[in-house]
Amino acid sequence: MIWIAWKMLTGDKAKYAGITFGIAFASMLISHQVSIFVGIMSRTTALITNVEEGEIFVMDPTVRQADEVIGLPNTALQRVRSIEGVKWAVKLSRANVRARLPDSPNNSVNGDFRGVILIGLDDSTLVGAPRQLLAGQVEDLKKPDAVIIDEAGYFYLFPGQKPQVGQIIELTDRRAEIVGICVVRQPFQSQPIFYTRYNQALQYTPPERRLLSYVVVEPQEGIAPETLAKKISEETGLQALTREQFKQKTIQFYLQNTGIPFNFGITVMLGFIVGVAIAGQTFYLFVLENIKQFGALKAMGFGNLKIVGMILIQALIVGVIGYSLGLGGTTLFFTATQGAIPLKGFTLLWQVMVLTAVAVSVIVVLASLLSIRKVLVLEPGVVFR
Amino acid sequence: MTSFPKTLNENPLEKQDRSNIAVSCHKITKEFGSGDTKVQVLRGVNAEISFGEMSLLVGPSGCGKTTLISIICGLLDPTEGDLFVLNENVGKMSGRKKTAFRSQNVGFVFQQYNLLPALTAEENAAIPLVISGMKKRQAVARAAEVLNQVGLGNKLKSLPSQLSGGQQQRVAIARALVHNPRLLVCDEPTAALDAKSGQTVMELLTQVGRQKDRAVIVVTHDSRVYKFGDRIIEMNDGLIERVVFPKIDGSPYHAEG
Repeated sequence: MIWIAWKMLTGDKAKYAGITFGIAFASMLISHQVSIFVGIMSRTTALITNVEEGEIFVMDPTVRQADEVIGLPNTALQRVRSIEGVKWAVKLSRANVRARLPDSPNNSVNGDFRGVILIGLDDSTLVGAPRQLLAGQVEDLKKPDAVIIDEAGYFYLFPGQKPQVGQIIELTDRRAEIVGICVVRQPFQSQPIFYTRYNQALQYTPPERRLLSYVVVEPQEGIAPETLAKKISEETGLQALTREQFKQKTIQFYLQNTGIPFNFGITVMLGFIVGVAIAGQTFYLFVLENIKQFGALKAMGFGNLKIVGMILIQALIVGVIGYSLGLGGTTLFFTATQGAIPLKGFTLLWQVMVLTAVAVSVIVVLASLLSIRKVLVLEPGVVFR
Repeated sequence: MTSFPKTLNENPLEKQDRSNIAVSCHKITKEFGSGDTKVQVLRGVNAEISFGEMSLLVGPSGCGKTTLISIICGLLDPTEGDLFVLNENVGKMSGRKKTAFRSQNVGFVFQQYNLLPALTAEENAAIPLVISGMKKRQAVARAAEVLNQVGLGNKLKSLPSQLSGGQQQRVAIARALVHNPRLLVCDEPTAALDAKSGQTVMELLTQVGRQKDRAVIVVTHDSRVYKFGDRIIEMNDGLIERVVFPKIDGSPYHAEG
């Protein structure tokens, strides 16, 4: 039976290609757009992800997402440290500052200004410093005016130049020397990220009463981060969230307050609808053109179950091939753009593959439903008319 | 047009052994629609068809021929009446039983052949065996034997689109015979063919179809094939108007053309 279904399907090459294309198109659009969406959403939590030490972030109670900086009083650090169960707690600042690029005849952005993100790390422990460096060392941050820039930021600020340390720039009119180039997750706004010591960051940040953005906390062994976070909140009145809670809160903010999910949702929905429309219509036409043959099969003793089985096998075949082609296209895209800095971090996750498989399954089932109905209600006597 | 003899209404076979009866219809009626749109297509048909016979079902368009053979081979249910096919009460069978009955006992030859365009001749001819559960390789081997018998041994791997109308109909005949059905139902088998191909197909049907334990029913408008009939059942307006046995009675049906 399977071979008959397969031959019937592939015998009409134009329709076979049409159905497969419809599903491949839908599969590629869905997997691609969902991957980009997931990539963008994960960028919103870049600050949290890039700090690899510490399980809890303590912040102002009104903070809604990671990049919304509302300064804490310096006393917040001591208050948090005094709470039982805290193994250690350190300062972390995040600020938007202005960078001025060097005057250099070789620099295509000669003397230009750029907005950048400045992360101030605890001076003694450097908690939150990047782990992967392309050039320089984290310890070099202890030098005067030292900053580490992220790879993408270097690409944006010094386009076309090979990554090299020793570049001198100005941050809020003060000298800064790039002592390292690191690889970290890019932020939502695709701005360059500079790392420096907390006290150095104070020099680079425009005068403000409160510059402490976060207190990063590590709980003592045996204490659940959720429990300690709750305790810190209760005892200090500050907002304390575990790493995962903070990520969820941030993503939730972007989902609720931006048009991003809506826009991507529309694209994904369009992919789904186009997939159903192309595959469904072509599949229906395919069945309609073979209706006499299906009638003949029914007359000869093919039961409804077998006919439905044949149609579902045909749907499964085009579904699997279309899905593979679509996913192949998406994989090809992400492989081809792997080296492109603006798209760094965007990948095809297995969860997206599963989601796409589910969507494709729904598409082929919907596409074949109409055809199945047509064949089920078909009187085998039609062959005599 | 050939005129039907007026004196041959009786069925001489009724006086013969009843075990030779392949199909027996008793007061079969069939209605379509309901209320004001109700149409009675068959109005109490009584007919018998014997094994070893080539029976032709003839009559004008709309007289109920197609409905009658659809009922005989279990594709339609009669509204009223009794129907025995191969000693089975087909009228009382469930849908699933009828499907199984058809797959085991009935071979079909259609006017438009209805071959699956993507399948080769031998694969098309093998379909009834596949339906009955035989493995593809065995089924195709058996189909090749039957195609040899119908003179298409050199076209086994040809697709329907590579065959002439007559050759396609011969593939359809091979498909109808491959599982040795006891009842062969042919709907206008020569209607889409030229005279020569039609002649060949009818000769083939007579040769391979007319066997002691097999009954063949041919629905036709084509007066050129009347000469092949052992029994000619003429229908009109939902009733059997007369039954003629040309070979017994030496009727004009055996005249050429």
